[in-house]
Amino acid sequence: MYLYVVKRILATIPVMVIVALFVFLMLRLAPGDPAAVIAGDYATAEDVERIRAQLGLNDPILVQMGKWLGQLARFDLGTAIFSKLPVTTLIGQRLEPTLLLALSTITFTVLVAVPLGTLAAYKAGSWIDRFVMLFSVAGFSVPVFVLGYILIYVLSMQLKILPVQGYKSPFEYGLWEFFRHMILPTLTLSVIYIALIARMTRASVQEVLQEDYVRTARAKGQSEFKILMNHALRNAAVPIVTVIGLGIALMIGGVVVTESVYNIPGLGRLVLDAVLARDYPVIQGLILFFSFVYILINLLIDLSYTLFDPRIRY
Amino acid sequence: MTDQNQDILMADDVLSQKEDPGLLSVMLKNRAIFWGGILLILFALIALIGPFFTLDPGALNPINRLKPPSAKIWFGTDFLGRDILARVIYGARISLAVGIAVAVVSVIIGLFLGLVAGYVRALDAIIMRTMDGLMSIPAILLAIALISLSGATLGTVIIAIVIPEIPRVVRLVRAVVLTVRDEPYVEAAIAAGTRLPLILSRHILPNTIAPLIVQATYVCASAMLTESILGFLGAGIPPEIPSWGNIMSEGRTYFQISPWIIFFPGVALALTVLAVNIVGDGLRDTLDPRIARKM
Repeated sequence: MYLYVVKRILATIPVMVIVALFVFLMLRLAPGDPAAVIAGDYATAEDVERIRAQLGLNDPILVQMGKWLGQLARFDLGTAIFSKLPVTTLIGQRLEPTLLLALSTITFTVLVAVPLGTLAAYKAGSWIDRFVMLFSVAGFSVPVFVLGYILIYVLSMQLKILPVQGYKSPFEYGLWEFFRHMILPTLTLSVIYIALIARMTRASVQEVLQEDYVRTARAKGQSEFKILMNHALRNAAVPIVTVIGLGIALMIGGVVVTESVYNIPGLGRLVLDAVLARDYPVIQGLILFFSFVYILINLLIDLSYTLFDPRIRY
Repeated sequence: MTDQNQDILMADDVLSQKEDPGLLSVMLKNRAIFWGGILLILFALIALIGPFFTLDPGALNPINRLKPPSAKIWFGTDFLGRDILARVIYGARISLAVGIAVAVVSVIIGLFLGLVAGYVRALDAIIMRTMDGLMSIPAILLAIALISLSGATLGTVIIAIVIPEIPRVVRLVRAVVLTVRDEPYVEAAIAAGTRLPLILSRHILPNTIAPLIVQATYVCASAMLTESILGFLGAGIPPEIPSWGNIMSEGRTYFQISPWIIFFPGVALALTVLAVNIVGDGLRDTLDPRIARKM
């Protein structure tokens, strides 16, 4: 067991190194002179030279690569070109809204998608099953931001029951204001995620319901609710949890868009600001940060399989 | 080439011919493929011939700026008085072109890498770990970064969307290759002295086609969504080109007074992506029932 955990943790290191190298090479292999692109159209030759020196682009590529990996090993993501602040500081400043949005989205998604998918599997072919299938196709077809604007239009502008946009920190404005401002972004961000997880839940619960032990449970007079909870859902948990983890990548992309639609000052907005300012160290640092978060979450999910399925012993 | 090998090849051909005549009619009997396909053909026709019947999508008309939809101006106008209907119809070209281009390019690259990874054991680990790494970078972030570095043109946008899509294709192809690699007919081909490129193209490749077609439709759908998101964020195709994402991006400022600028391209995009997804689901169910259960 412990050996497996250690092995699994060590196995993430090469993936992280590959991500780091990829991000590193992206800047160096991009067509044209990255320093000139970052400096913008009105830069003088000195500006370009200064940025090139700041990014260390004058060193031989292997030296650059070594420096970059050495920095990362010390959790140093470099320094922003414009604000001159360490990228880790910038991420720290913007972390709260994004983290809270992600948490509320995951919570809401799991609370809606898992029961919905289970019910659809249980009543296969019924209207609820059709609804879930339709929703899961439609959820994958509507762009996140269009959905956001439709929600703003209906709930904020026509019915006037929710604020149009903005973010209120629960630590400053209290929970009520926080929730009021969080409802629309959470709904917007969860739709595609709900579509994904409801679909997966339906498929895996449906498969489990065919098993002999479900028939046995019915034969011995177990209530349908208990069959669904104790037999079906529990045995279907591993693929569902796996998809919840893989879906995080989808959600990270959605965060950038949702924060932009609702004017939330989080990491997603930081990405956009950095792109518009061509602040490459910040873009680079954020990509690494999000990728590492994604890798770590999926590592934790892998390790949690034993909780759901005691047969899995490492 | 030996006789024996030719026999095997002929046997293969006979088998595949037997299945062929029925396939198209089976596919058309599938309601999803039928209706999704009709919708798609309709959109493709609009995209192809529509621009000949509309106003100039770039024509400015400042007096008629921000006009709501009416019997005369069906979709309304934007902040420069440009006709939204004309822009949405023109935007269909861009969206479909990007979707198809990304699907084709990522399938070709992914197919090659997947065949190599699945069949050449020495390269498997290197290719797959690289794909794992690429997959853990969120697609939209990767695309934004690539575009911001290389400058936004239609070409760079397509490449930036292709790169994050490749790993999914590679994984799929590799999985198929691994299941057929040890089949008796592949062993027979090896025993008959067939060289590697021919084994890959004659015996392995045909097995990947059905799942690849299904995957290509999903890639196409997600590419159209990504393109619009990039445009919306202001990090996509240059703003002069009226792609759906760009139209919606320009409509953001006026959303509270002129919601139709975002609404119409948004609906057009959602319907197109929906049609592609429906066709994809239908193809998955008819072409490969085994994969249907897994996904």
